[in-house]
Amino acid sequence: MNIEDYAIRLSQYRTQEGYTFDCQTISGEVDVLQVEMNEFECFPVFLTKTNNQILCIVYLWSEDEIKTDKRVEMLEMMLDTSISIPLSAYARVGNRFVIYGALSVSSSLDKVVEEIVTLNENAIDVITAMEDFLK
Amino acid sequence: MNILKKIMTAIRGGSRELGEAIIDSQGARIFEQEIEDAKEGLKNAKHDLTQVMAKEMQASRKIDILQKDIEKNESFINDALEKNEEALALEIAGKVSELEADKSMQVEAQRSYASHIAKLKGLMEKAERQLKDYERQLTMVKTTENVRKATATITDNFGTTNSTLLSAKESLERIKQKQQDFDDRNLAAEKLDNETNGKNLSDKMKDAGIGDKESGAQAVLARLKAKQKT
Repeated sequence: MNIEDYAIRLSQYRTQEGYTFDCQTISGEVDVLQVEMNEFECFPVFLTKTNNQILCIVYLWSEDEIKTDKRVEMLEMMLDTSISIPLSAYARVGNRFVIYGALSVSSSLDKVVEEIVTLNENAIDVITAMEDFLK
Repeated sequence: MNILKKIMTAIRGGSRELGEAIIDSQGARIFEQEIEDAKEGLKNAKHDLTQVMAKEMQASRKIDILQKDIEKNESFINDALEKNEEALALEIAGKVSELEADKSMQVEAQRSYASHIAKLKGLMEKAERQLKDYERQLTMVKTTENVRKATATITDNFGTTNSTLLSAKESLERIKQKQQDFDDRNLAAEKLDNETNGKNLSDKMKDAGIGDKESGAQAVLARLKAKQKT
């Protein structure tokens, strides 16, 4: 499945909890799909594909949003908590901190949906918990 | 080649074009060529393996046939000896000795094929491991590059649509607000639902003459009284 296929199939998907998805493809050097959950006010999840992985990314905050004196503490806290967060891990891309999940390209759509929903719930939890480190 | 180490060096150097910094286009081609070579080697090894395995099976079949032939002729020798045909027995024994020489040659061949098979299988496993490793390392480079490019695409998109990526705190505020709105709306809808449903129900009951017990009893009384009068 390419990015357009995901856009079509995700738009028609409805989870058992009744969540539906709003998809928007962003074309560029690499195709990206922006996915938002309709019933759950949340962060956009950006989905991109490589040869063997599907990456689902939520952008959390950038370096300039971090309180300078709390930066090291924040980084350590992120390392310490990363493994506790279901299906997702932290990373930094350029100067942006992200939370992401990587799936095999052979994953079913159900798994991709599970990742998107979990990523959203995780992102809200992470920002709420890490609020004190941010300006 | 440890790709992760190269990625780290590139990040330390603050390189924008990570993929290119790690392996230039020529390097990437060499890397992809190595993968192709490994795949080709694997294909050839598989082909060789099937041939050698076929030969090994042929040899073991021949051994079985020769063994049966030997046993058959040995019984002929016994028959000849019982009939005191010493000369004939000796002649058959000559044939058996030829068959045995033939058999030991086949056994030798089979042994050599078997060791060849083991060697080829070992080579194939080694090539598979190498291939998996090349592919994993190439994945690292490509993923690093892809995420960079995807981020650039997303940032460009926000730039052109005149919207910006909100800061985390702003986003959180917005989300909390919207969730509160959503909850409030749900609560209001539920309340409204209860009220309208409640009203409808009592209306329906009234229409059906259910619920108002007093008027019901009075109606019965009135009906009975009316019956008595007649």
